[in-house]
Amino acid sequence: MDMQTKPEAKTDTRQMTGAEIVITALKEQGVDVMFGYPGGAVLPIYDALFSEPSIRHVLVRHEQGAGHAAEGYARSTGKAGVALVTSGPGATNMVTPITDAMMDSIPMVVITGQVPTHLIGTDAFQECDTVGITRCCAKHNYLVTDVEDLARTIHEAFLIATTGRPGPVVIDIPKDVQFASGTYVGKEGIHKATYKPQTEPSVHAIKHAIQLMKKARRPVFYTGGGVINSGPKASEALRKLQAVTGFPVTSTLMGLGAFPASHEDWLGMLGMHGSYEANHAMHDCDLMICVGARFDDRVTGRIDAFSPGSKKIHIDIDPSSINKVIRADVPIIADSGEALNALIKAWGKTKPQDLTDWKAQIDRWRSRDCFAYGDNDGEIKPQYAIERLYELTKDRDTYISTEVGQHQMWAAQHYHFEEPNRWMTSGGLGTMGYGLPAAVGIQAAHPESLVIDIAGEASVQMVLQELSTAVQHKLPIKIFILNNEWMGMVRQWQELLHGERYSHTYSESLPDFVKLAEAYGGLGLTCDHPDELDARIEEMIDYDGPVVFDCRVTKAENCLPMIPSGAAHNEMILSEITGDEIDEAGRKLV
Amino acid sequence: MSDNPASAYDMSHVEESEERRTLAVIVDNEPGVLGRVVGLFSARGYNIESLTVAEVDRDRHRSRITIVTAGTAHTLEQIEAQLLRLVPVANVTDITKSKRGLERELALIKVAGEGEKRVEALRISEIFRARVIDTTNKSFIFELTGASDKIDQFCALMEPLGLVEVSRTGVLSIKRGAEKG
Repeated sequence: MDMQTKPEAKTDTRQMTGAEIVITALKEQGVDVMFGYPGGAVLPIYDALFSEPSIRHVLVRHEQGAGHAAEGYARSTGKAGVALVTSGPGATNMVTPITDAMMDSIPMVVITGQVPTHLIGTDAFQECDTVGITRCCAKHNYLVTDVEDLARTIHEAFLIATTGRPGPVVIDIPKDVQFASGTYVGKEGIHKATYKPQTEPSVHAIKHAIQLMKKARRPVFYTGGGVINSGPKASEALRKLQAVTGFPVTSTLMGLGAFPASHEDWLGMLGMHGSYEANHAMHDCDLMICVGARFDDRVTGRIDAFSPGSKKIHIDIDPSSINKVIRADVPIIADSGEALNALIKAWGKTKPQDLTDWKAQIDRWRSRDCFAYGDNDGEIKPQYAIERLYELTKDRDTYISTEVGQHQMWAAQHYHFEEPNRWMTSGGLGTMGYGLPAAVGIQAAHPESLVIDIAGEASVQMVLQELSTAVQHKLPIKIFILNNEWMGMVRQWQELLHGERYSHTYSESLPDFVKLAEAYGGLGLTCDHPDELDARIEEMIDYDGPVVFDCRVTKAENCLPMIPSGAAHNEMILSEITGDEIDEAGRKLV
Repeated sequence: MSDNPASAYDMSHVEESEERRTLAVIVDNEPGVLGRVVGLFSARGYNIESLTVAEVDRDRHRSRITIVTAGTAHTLEQIEAQLLRLVPVANVTDITKSKRGLERELALIKVAGEGEKRVEALRISEIFRARVIDTTNKSFIFELTGASDKIDQFCALMEPLGLVEVSRTGVLSIKRGAEKG
């Protein structure tokens, strides 16, 4: 392969094929890694990629894997993740990751091949209405029917994916457009007249917010994924604003890492499986400052009992988030980093109200030690496994992804984050199977780092084949499976809601994960005794290659504490489920 | 339901009255834009009572979509915000709320009948200032412009006189006065 065939660009109006336009535009956008799977309708783009040394293409085993890998890449770098797939099944297999990225506001650009324009609408081989299918689950999408529009469209897609409230953008490119010759235009000056996200907060709103903050006796910061999405500077600003105000901080699942978990004013995660102190602080506060979070139902619990005595400041870049679920007294439509910096400036050297009583109250809640769990007693408690994993990896350059379920919540409770972009999980959509391919994407972005997918034995089997991707591309991800042989969270809900009738939640015929790892060319480890756990984890960390760790844990452990469905923040179940926590209304919820 | 506690999923305890609103949505006239708008309404469970669309600025490729919807104040606020989230939506104007709104609808109404009924249909059409745009020995097609309730009323009067079918444009709207938008 001759790597030197293409002369360097001098002008921005070169003629090239559509496929070359795609690659040139990706390069100009700074794409260094992409995830994809070839097929008939993207062959010209793959041909252009063949002689392109500056973009690393990670070949996945299923298109869904490419999408989640791109998400993992995006969440861990702050850059847009890029996926390239073919038409028809290639595109439909991307629907889950696209929806996942939409729900969690992850910047992603998905390029799909399409049948040639003259065949569109004829039910051609591997044809599907990609823009129709992805219209409601992507931030925006395009079908490019003229090669002259292609370069501009790609640049516009990156602009839309990465600015405002980030999200996935789909570009559907018919095969004839990939072959056609057209003009390349650079990204300079690309804009979209109808697309103008508001990033600067209004002076008036900031002033109003500061007035409330100065008077607050029981304030709390409730922060979310918006702080992470705004970039590391927003996390810095949050820390700075917290330092000058002294207000305690809680965060959503998506926002973990924006504020250091080791800080004395950190309350832990809030919500359904959040901490007792965080949820009680939310319920009893007199001022809630929501930064880049959206009052998700997993956070609020019962709406009409949600933080009844507080004024609410809501900072969000998406105006539709304001007043969607909870009415804001002071809406601030802005980028969270910009808003936080404006608040720091307006706060100046103000002395906050005496918060001693409030913090003493928080300490009383904290003293309930809500994440405590029983002794191992010869078995490995899942919480203990996460705790040991944390202790043995916290001083390393570690990134964590998860699947969805009990293990995800235990990871959020017992693994602690000091920095943003270190925690990748599917929050909004709750996609089982997210974690393994996400780890592939994270590892591709951070080849030297320790990347661990904290998994459950059920979730991990959903997109398991990406283990092969990890082996091929020498991505030494560690898959740490809390294996309790149950679909644990569903089992827990059946215990709570359905009289312990465990309908189809026990996985019989689980694979031998050690042999499975070996079959793929990785290392398999297993552990079923707490005394051996540390040594096995060390072994996993030390191994230079993908590892599947089958950690056999207590089978029927429940994930607690928990706000039962339909209950308020101050009605948490702490350590025991009796079966009558949830009333009739709550039973109907998900 | 009212005795049970509400939750994030159950907003039915909120007894709010519904209002009818006419929204003017200016969009980039690009393929699929109407699908985005309609898809948003169905995906989020909003009502569409009527919808019209046509390009209104050829140079800037802008189309005007007029949507008549109904919802609580909270829902209507969300509809506007959600519409503005769509990338090709340039702006949304609540024509009803502005109190300066003008609304008109055009209808084509086919009425068939003979004898007295036919004469009566023609007589009523004159009262409503409808135009006859097609006629046979047994039928008329009337063209009628006006507020939607005027067209409703006309159709109701034609019903016993041999109303065959109705075609309506849906509501068009614009604000009074010299200013744009």
